[in-house]
Amino acid sequence: MNLPPFQALLDAHGRDVHRFLLATVGANAADDCFQETWLAALRAYPRLRNADNLRSWIFTVAHRKAIDHVRGSRRRAIPVADPPERAVEATPDGQPEIWARVRELPPKQRTAVALRFVVDAAYGDIAEMMDISEEAARRNVHEGLKRLRMELDDE
Amino acid sequence: MSNELKRAAELLPSGPLPDIGGAAATAGLLDVAYATLDSPVGKLLLASTPIGLVRLAYVDYADEESVLADLAARVSPRVLAAPRKLDEPRRELEQYFAGAREHFDLPVDWTLTRGFGRRVLQATARIPFGAVSTYKQVASEAGSPRAHRAAGNALGSNPLPIVVPCHRVLHSGGGLGGYTGGLERKRLLLGVEGVTNLTRR
Repeated sequence: MNLPPFQALLDAHGRDVHRFLLATVGANAADDCFQETWLAALRAYPRLRNADNLRSWIFTVAHRKAIDHVRGSRRRAIPVADPPERAVEATPDGQPEIWARVRELPPKQRTAVALRFVVDAAYGDIAEMMDISEEAARRNVHEGLKRLRMELDDE
Repeated sequence: MSNELKRAAELLPSGPLPDIGGAAATAGLLDVAYATLDSPVGKLLLASTPIGLVRLAYVDYADEESVLADLAARVSPRVLAAPRKLDEPRRELEQYFAGAREHFDLPVDWTLTRGFGRRVLQATARIPFGAVSTYKQVASEAGSPRAHRAAGNALGSNPLPIVVPCHRVLHSGGGLGGYTGGLERKRLLLGVEGVTNLTRR
C-alpha cells in the first residue's frame, strides 16, 4: 500500500490536532501532547493497514494522548507532601474559561464536545475517531453540553 | 452553549506549531528529512536519509508533492520537513553556486538507483569540477561501452543532479546532450564551473 508522505498528514491536520489539544489539555500541556501524538503516529505509520481515513486515525491517537495526560496529571495532583498545583486549572493562559470547564467533563464527553466544536467534526467522524457508535457520539456531545449548561446556571 | 463553544473555539491561539521533524529525528523515527533551497537554477528540494543525501530535485510549486510521494513510496513513508537535517548539503550547495566549492563532501544514499544506472551515476560522480565527459565514456566506465543510450537514460533519471554532476556529460561531438532540468540549467551549471566553449546543436 502506498502511504502518503507523513508530512502531508501534518500539513493537513496538524493545526486542528493542536486546537483540539489546546481545548482538551490546556495551553501548558498542548505542545507536549502534540509532539507525543505525532511521534506515536509516526512510529506506527509504516505498519498502517488502512489509509482510507488518516484524519480519524490521527485524532484517535490525539484523543488517547489527551486522556492519558489528564489522567496522569490528576494522579500526580493527589496531595502528598507539598500542596501541589492543580493540573486542570482555570486558565491563567488567556484562553476562554469555558475550556477549563470542558476539561472537567468525563473523558468521553470532553473529547466528543471538543471534536464537535473545535474541529467541527460530524457525529459520524466523532464516532470513528473515538471508536464508539454514532449514537454514543451524539449522546456524549449532548450530555456534555447539558452538564456545562447546568454548571453555568449554578453560578 | 453550542454558540459559546464555537465562539471560544475561534479564540484558541494559533501560534506556530511545535517542530515535529526535529523531534522525530531526535527520536530516531525520521527516515527521510527534506528541505528546500532557492538557488540560481531555481528552487531545489533536498532529501536525506540517515545514510546520506538521497534526492535532489528541481521543483516548482507544482511537483514538490510528487517528489515527496515518490520518496514515500520508494524509500519510506516517514518523510518530514526537517531543514536542520539538511544544513550541510544546503551550505555546500550555496558555496558551490558562489564559486567557493569545487566538490561536495556529502555522504550519498544510492537507494534510488540500481544496477547499470547506479554504476553510470557513480562514474559520473568522479568527473571533476570544470571537466566534461561523454555518454560513451561513462557507459564504458560502468562496464558497457556500447550502452551509451542506456547511460543517457540513467543520467536522465539522476536522483541527485548537481551533486552527481550529470551536467558534465556531453555528446561525443561536443554537443550539449540532454538535461532533465532543461538545457538552460545545464548551460548555467557548466558556466558556474567555467565550461563555456560548447558546440550548440
